[in-house]
Amino acid sequence: MTFWKLFARNRGAVFGLAILILITFMAATAGLFFPDDPFSLAGKSMSAPGENGFLLGSDSLGRDVAAGIAHGAKTSLLIGLLATLVAVFVGIVMGALAGYYGGMIDNLLMRLTEMFQTIPSFIFAILLVAIMKPSIESIVIAIAVVSWPAVARLVRGEFLSLRNREFVQACHTLGMSDIRIMLGEILPNCLSPVIVIGSLMVATAILIESGLAFLGLGDPNIMSWGFQIGAGRTLLRSAWWVCTFPGIAILITVLAINLVGEGINDALNPRLRERS
Amino acid sequence: MTRLLDITDLHIALPPESQRPYAVQKMDLHLEANEILCVVGESGSGKSLTARAVMGLLPKPRVQVSQGSVLFQGEDLTKVSDTRLRQIRGSDISMIFQEPMTALNPVMTIGVQIDEVFRFHNKMPGKERRRRALELLRDVQLPDPEQTLKAYPHELSGGQRQRAMIAMALALDPKILIADEPTTALDVTTQAQVLKLIKEMQETHGTGVLFITHDFGVVADIADRVAVMQNGLVVETGTTDQVLRNPTHPYTKGLIAAVPDLVPRAARPRSPEIVLKVNHLEKTYRSGGGLFGGKGRVVHAANDVTLDLARGETLGIVGESGSGKSTVARCIVRLNDAEAGEILLGDTDLRPLGRAEMRPHRSKIQMVFQDPYASLNPRTRIGKIIAQGPMMYGASPEDARKRTLELLEIVGLDAGAYDRFPHEFSGGQRQRIGIARALALEPAVLVADEPVSALDVSIQAQILNLLDEIRDRMNLSMVFITHDLRVAAQVCDRIAVMQRGKVIEVGATAELFKSPTQKYTQELLAAVPGKDWFFKETNQPAQAT
Repeated sequence: MTFWKLFARNRGAVFGLAILILITFMAATAGLFFPDDPFSLAGKSMSAPGENGFLLGSDSLGRDVAAGIAHGAKTSLLIGLLATLVAVFVGIVMGALAGYYGGMIDNLLMRLTEMFQTIPSFIFAILLVAIMKPSIESIVIAIAVVSWPAVARLVRGEFLSLRNREFVQACHTLGMSDIRIMLGEILPNCLSPVIVIGSLMVATAILIESGLAFLGLGDPNIMSWGFQIGAGRTLLRSAWWVCTFPGIAILITVLAINLVGEGINDALNPRLRERS
Repeated sequence: MTRLLDITDLHIALPPESQRPYAVQKMDLHLEANEILCVVGESGSGKSLTARAVMGLLPKPRVQVSQGSVLFQGEDLTKVSDTRLRQIRGSDISMIFQEPMTALNPVMTIGVQIDEVFRFHNKMPGKERRRRALELLRDVQLPDPEQTLKAYPHELSGGQRQRAMIAMALALDPKILIADEPTTALDVTTQAQVLKLIKEMQETHGTGVLFITHDFGVVADIADRVAVMQNGLVVETGTTDQVLRNPTHPYTKGLIAAVPDLVPRAARPRSPEIVLKVNHLEKTYRSGGGLFGGKGRVVHAANDVTLDLARGETLGIVGESGSGKSTVARCIVRLNDAEAGEILLGDTDLRPLGRAEMRPHRSKIQMVFQDPYASLNPRTRIGKIIAQGPMMYGASPEDARKRTLELLEIVGLDAGAYDRFPHEFSGGQRQRIGIARALALEPAVLVADEPVSALDVSIQAQILNLLDEIRDRMNLSMVFITHDLRVAAQVCDRIAVMQRGKVIEVGATAELFKSPTQKYTQELLAAVPGKDWFFKETNQPAQAT
């Protein structure tokens, strides 16, 4: 069966994917529908949704909430993807080395991984961003630094179990070099769980980014959902729409990504394939 | 009179996307009290599902009985309620499985597990239950029953675990015992003991035994009647005598013919040129100990192993599990590092070479692995699997491709295999691919580690023929590791018998079989299943005991 057919068996995943495509479309066309800077004053402040030409209302400084959501989508997706890519890359390198060589190297790398895992990840991310001063790069780095240990542990486990498989040993008897065995033989066989964990990590990364922006640690020049919620939190009782709509946007995006991740898991995990 | 077990017109339906619509079709079988019925067939013949259908253990709803009946003393087991089925299981019909390690719960002692059987089915005071459990363990001839009651499964050997399973299965004196390949995972000598035990227990209790196996040797040793299955159909039934002596169905004939003879192959002149010489090889495994001291366990997997291999010869290394035969093979191809000794390939000693220094020598000594499913990378196309060896040693892509196609032809696969993935091939075909990969580097020595033990008998014979053919054609020298003396007899010129890391006896196959000097070798020969049956009429090579 093709990957798509397997994926499509999970209805929720297809639904999630549709939403995700919509959000991506929204992020891509934000400049078209809302050509103005989302930070700019667009009209009367504190307008309720539907009033004064604001679809989703405006905040205390008269900024358009709808424009903020559209432009914020770009930030969220971009940071989520970038941070995940960096984390997965670092995680694979560390996990592969530890799992393949074992012994001293494994001990060393895994103790290092554990050191990162013992620090509460969100507080660690706050600390990193605070030290590096808020910007897109520093947020991506901070999220990647707190996310790679999970990937490293997963990849290490896969490498540990695969390195003693007979097809890998056959490559040893052919005289293949270690790096080729790792990249060419073992890695392709453990990519499926990495893809699954990676897709779920995108969701976590978006949440961390929103959290950081909410606390005022977002990039000050870039509109993001977390920033919008943070700006609106004092007005929650008088202008509920400022916080609510970005919040719903985060909720839907994270949910959609989780659904897709689960669908990918179902499709790639051969043990689940038997289930109907 | 109603029969003990009467299966009529049984159909077991498979899910729609399977290769065939029915796992078992039009099956008529019956079992009387106090007899052993062997169901024989190769993998995928539906024999195990039959056993599960009787126990009501089919993986419903995807696989289920779609037609027919299974009458147990007149009661149709396919129709009874789950509650009734649970009553019957364990007390009237019980089962023993292939792998005793996974069939026993690892976190419960043997005593508790036997006790459970009693507790679930009848009311008895605790003392009485314990007395019965001890009695059972004594019946199945476990040493020190008191101690065994307190033991966890991992503390027992494979044979002991299977005995404990048998004790559990027989706890409530069932009328039917279903044995699903109960000896396949055991060593030959243990297998012989367990078979004897099952036979004895069956005779004393008058149980009807449904014994599932793929090995005609086992059939000859134990069965009263035989049913042969092929692709879900029972193709032949009859008494053991009838089926083994006068098989009528061509498939049965083929299967019986494929059972390897214990008659050694004709001796061939030995070349004076020694290709590989192993001197005083030592390898120990340490376990336990750990960071905070404590005494670790030390196992001598190879203890002063000395072997030599002449050009064009096949040297068999025979032994039971844990004898160190695989360790020796892996040390020779340098997958494991031996601690001391010499591995002389020509004039170079391979043992002390580092990984990088070893690389240029790798091509001269290649390995064929045991498990054809694990030994090919599932994500790589066959062409690349075979061609990557030559390409690593500098062959151009065109040359490597040409060589690969040539090799595919040699091992009996068509060129279309080149662009396909391993999962598209059967076990036998995969093993051919594994052999082609090993041959791609034109090695001088081929080390084959149990290359046929994961395959069905008919496929086994083909692969053994192929190995023979290749050896003659390329003048290869081969080290052939096996636990099966019947296989060793067919392919090996000389045999080294290993026990607990030591080579205890080496000799030409015919001589070794005719007059084994060591007691252990004699035991091994005596334990070959079906020996009395299959080799009596021939020149009787193994009258050892």
